[in-house]
Amino acid sequence: MTCPDYKDLMMGYLDDELDDAQKQSFEDHLASCQDCSGELEGFRELKQITDQVALVEPEDKIWQDYWSGIYNRVERRIGWILFSAAAILLLIYGGFRLIEALIKDPTVDIILKAGLLAIIAGLAVLFVSVLRERIHFWKRDRYKDVRR
Amino acid sequence: MHSVCDQQTLAIQRCQRGRPEAFEWIVNRYMKQAYSIALGLVGNRDDALELSQEAFYRALRNIDKLKSHSKFFPWFYQILKNLCFTHLRKRVSRSTGNLEETGYLPAEATGTAWFDPEAVAEANETKSKVWEAIGRLKEKHREVIILRHFQNMSYDEIAENLFCSKGTVMSRLYHARKKLKVMLDDQKGGRHI
Repeated sequence: MTCPDYKDLMMGYLDDELDDAQKQSFEDHLASCQDCSGELEGFRELKQITDQVALVEPEDKIWQDYWSGIYNRVERRIGWILFSAAAILLLIYGGFRLIEALIKDPTVDIILKAGLLAIIAGLAVLFVSVLRERIHFWKRDRYKDVRR
Repeated sequence: MHSVCDQQTLAIQRCQRGRPEAFEWIVNRYMKQAYSIALGLVGNRDDALELSQEAFYRALRNIDKLKSHSKFFPWFYQILKNLCFTHLRKRVSRSTGNLEETGYLPAEATGTAWFDPEAVAEANETKSKVWEAIGRLKEKHREVIILRHFQNMSYDEIAENLFCSKGTVMSRLYHARKKLKVMLDDQKGGRHI
């Protein structure tokens, strides 16, 4: 093993995470390498300093309200789903009734009626096309079950 | 009497059957650890609280994807750290937007402005500098320092949470501490700490 190979072991040695064989091997290397001994000493000093840094414990009150903060998000999501589904349903229904009324109205110009029907047909084709594409790619996505 | 592992498995199974209230047991078990990791990664108490709660909420939403019930925390940790790092990247990106307008680099763009010294217990000048230097480390280096120093995780636990080998943990810790040491030496005008 060369010096760079011992650099990683140096961390394990510093944190007492090496097995006996690794520890012995590292100590043998230390005895013959001044660079690594000096570096280890520097890391020991750094560890002493970082060990003094502790994070502030928050007040107990935040733990009492912690779960409700998460549960509120769950409730809001359900609320949003219901709201969105209802809004989409009403929009589709309202749009359908409006178009139906326009088409049945004999006073509305035939060009407007044809235009409206073309827009609806176009939207339907686009929707089916996008949906088919998404399903096609989703089925072929080799990474869909990979943990992200 | 169920063991903690059994209770966790039961709670996850209940959640997967559509009973979100069962998740409270999981939250109570891990909330302090989650908050503390988020605080270490983003350096700000309000953000840490918000992000750790959001991570639990997302974990609950995706609980069906959790295959091994005993591996909840490593799985949850991926969600938490991704949220924290995305949050920091957005802040940096907003700050560098200011750079284009003003022509100078604001403190926020260095990634350290949110490392609030008040997050450190009994803060003094040295501790604040260490805390600030941790905030300037790369993401992959910062997380090993946080897990090792503030969570007191063993190398095996860190490896499990990061889905990497113990050798990789040692290597990342070496580079993280080396960078940290260089930054602290620089702050002291080149003198070794």
